[in-house]
Amino acid sequence: MSADTSAREESTDCTGPPPSPADTYAVRSGKPSHRQLATLTSYGFLGPNLILLGIFLFLPLGWAFLISFQESNGFGASGWVGLENYQRLATDPTFWQSALNTAVFTLITVPLSLALGLGLAVLMNSVLPGRKLFRTLIYLPMVISGVATALMGVLLFDEATGIVNKLLREGGLGGIPWQSQGSAAFASIVLVTLWIRVGFNMVIYLAGLQGISPELYEAARLEGASSWQQFRYLTVPLVGPSTFFLLIMDVIYSFQVFDTIFVMTGGGPGRSTSVLVTYAYENGFVTRDQSYAAAIGIVIFLLTLIFTAIQWRGNRSRDTAG
Amino acid sequence: MAHPLPLTGDGAATDAASRSARPGSVSRSGTGSGNGTGGFVPRVKRVSPAQRASAIARLMTAVVVGIVMMFPLYWMVTLAFSPNADVFSRELRIWPSSWTLDNFRTVFGSFPTATWFGNSVVITAIVTVLTVTVNLLAGYAFAKLDFRGKGAIFLMVLSTMMIPVQVLMVAQFRLVTQLGIYGTFWAVILPSAASAFGIFLARQFIIAIPDELIEAAKVDGAGPVRIFLQIILPLCKPLIAVLVLLTVMYQWNDFAWPLIALKDSQLFTLPIGLLYLRGQYGADYGAIMALALISITPIIIMFLAFQKYFVQGLARSGIR
Repeated sequence: MSADTSAREESTDCTGPPPSPADTYAVRSGKPSHRQLATLTSYGFLGPNLILLGIFLFLPLGWAFLISFQESNGFGASGWVGLENYQRLATDPTFWQSALNTAVFTLITVPLSLALGLGLAVLMNSVLPGRKLFRTLIYLPMVISGVATALMGVLLFDEATGIVNKLLREGGLGGIPWQSQGSAAFASIVLVTLWIRVGFNMVIYLAGLQGISPELYEAARLEGASSWQQFRYLTVPLVGPSTFFLLIMDVIYSFQVFDTIFVMTGGGPGRSTSVLVTYAYENGFVTRDQSYAAAIGIVIFLLTLIFTAIQWRGNRSRDTAG
Repeated sequence: MAHPLPLTGDGAATDAASRSARPGSVSRSGTGSGNGTGGFVPRVKRVSPAQRASAIARLMTAVVVGIVMMFPLYWMVTLAFSPNADVFSRELRIWPSSWTLDNFRTVFGSFPTATWFGNSVVITAIVTVLTVTVNLLAGYAFAKLDFRGKGAIFLMVLSTMMIPVQVLMVAQFRLVTQLGIYGTFWAVILPSAASAFGIFLARQFIIAIPDELIEAAKVDGAGPVRIFLQIILPLCKPLIAVLVLLTVMYQWNDFAWPLIALKDSQLFTLPIGLLYLRGQYGADYGAIMALALISITPIIIMFLAFQKYFVQGLARSGIR
């Protein structure tokens, strides 16, 4: 962090001598020292942010833990029930189905987003007429609201009147049961998710690619490396930092997918597209079992935490090893 | 997480540059021609058939990708202007049989669409002003001020970005109910403004402002507040542009929290209104697409006008 620069700054911040043990004495004797004043000013700048975060993030976070140990009746929670909500989770088939769906969704969408993002970034980094226009077209979906996108998905994939099935039927293939069959519904959500997300992956990969020295490719070409070899042995390793970053962002995004599923399938048919987040919402605001919803929320939180920690550690060891 | 987003734009560049030193076996005889960026190498003159084939293949791929990315949007526009009979006919038609504004009449006539639009504008504007102000102040403190607990607080603030909204939804709902603001705009605005979104970006930007400028102002007797207002802020225009654009986009599109925090249909934002319209009109896809089109148009215009800032901001902040 910026410890060194700010320390330097602080010493000049005081018009008097640089900070010395005398400062700490001043603190004890009650006179505000320069350091204290500086700290006070800093908290003045930070204050609005810290107050907002404290009230609307940290307080609810702690509260969510408490609620998850209570029993719910309609709106307010009442008596403590210890781990009962969590025990219920352990034996709730819908919870497990949702957890499994979340995992499968993440395992499918993340590698595909990464691969498509990198592929498109390489394409859009090469000589190409109309490159700017193509880039814009790929970015565009990511600025569109999730609800509008999902409703678009509803229309495209409608079994009876959707254009996708019309095209398929026209081409002599049968229509796909996007609404009535679980795996087809799941696939439609994956497709819409990819449509939204490749743009972001491409942005990050393009930034990564532009940091690679062109001389490396020139040298590789002189040594007779094929395009594929250049991609495999130069591009892929050199965009490693971008991949690491996107891996984190994509996993978190997939893990927390809500708008698309909530609007497109509502978790159905049956429970085939229900994920942890939609199940938590359903419990919290449809069936109004808020304590149970809070417990699911805490599980989501812990899983996010564990994933981030693993990622972080993995990246560190990779950096020190490589 | 001290540096959870190590790859922000130039970070990636320096990382890549430092790594590029590694493959030592590669001889450094490059003439400096860009990989695909053209360049002035003689080779440019002779285009071999293989190179031409590759160029054509690339262009074809790009065209196909472009069509796939654009088709859903094209389809939304088409349906919004199509008569309902088209939407439900079983025959394949990718062009309206006749253009009509009926769907827009339905949307504006039977639903408080103008009100929803206004609500979205008001909420987005207030959240943006609040968030950007608060984040600039905090970014300045983290970048240029020294105080006890700085590292720990920065870590704590950044870690909030890892907390999924859905974890908090029940407790936040209880909180806004207790505060007596449930169902009002403030129930949407305040929790949305409580975000570390942009602090990292603000800190990175402000830290690059030379300390000499600040020192000079100090010599003139300026305190931190004056330095912030007169030295830092005027230099932060590109940063402010990026923060404003990203916050507007995020808030305009936000769905899960307003869905919980609002109850009166007169106070809905556009995304919630869209869902409501769908609930009321079930399968009137034309009307749904008309409202969807209304809701996404401002953001698309903004994106096309300020694409450079958007892309830079996304690449650097890593937040969407």
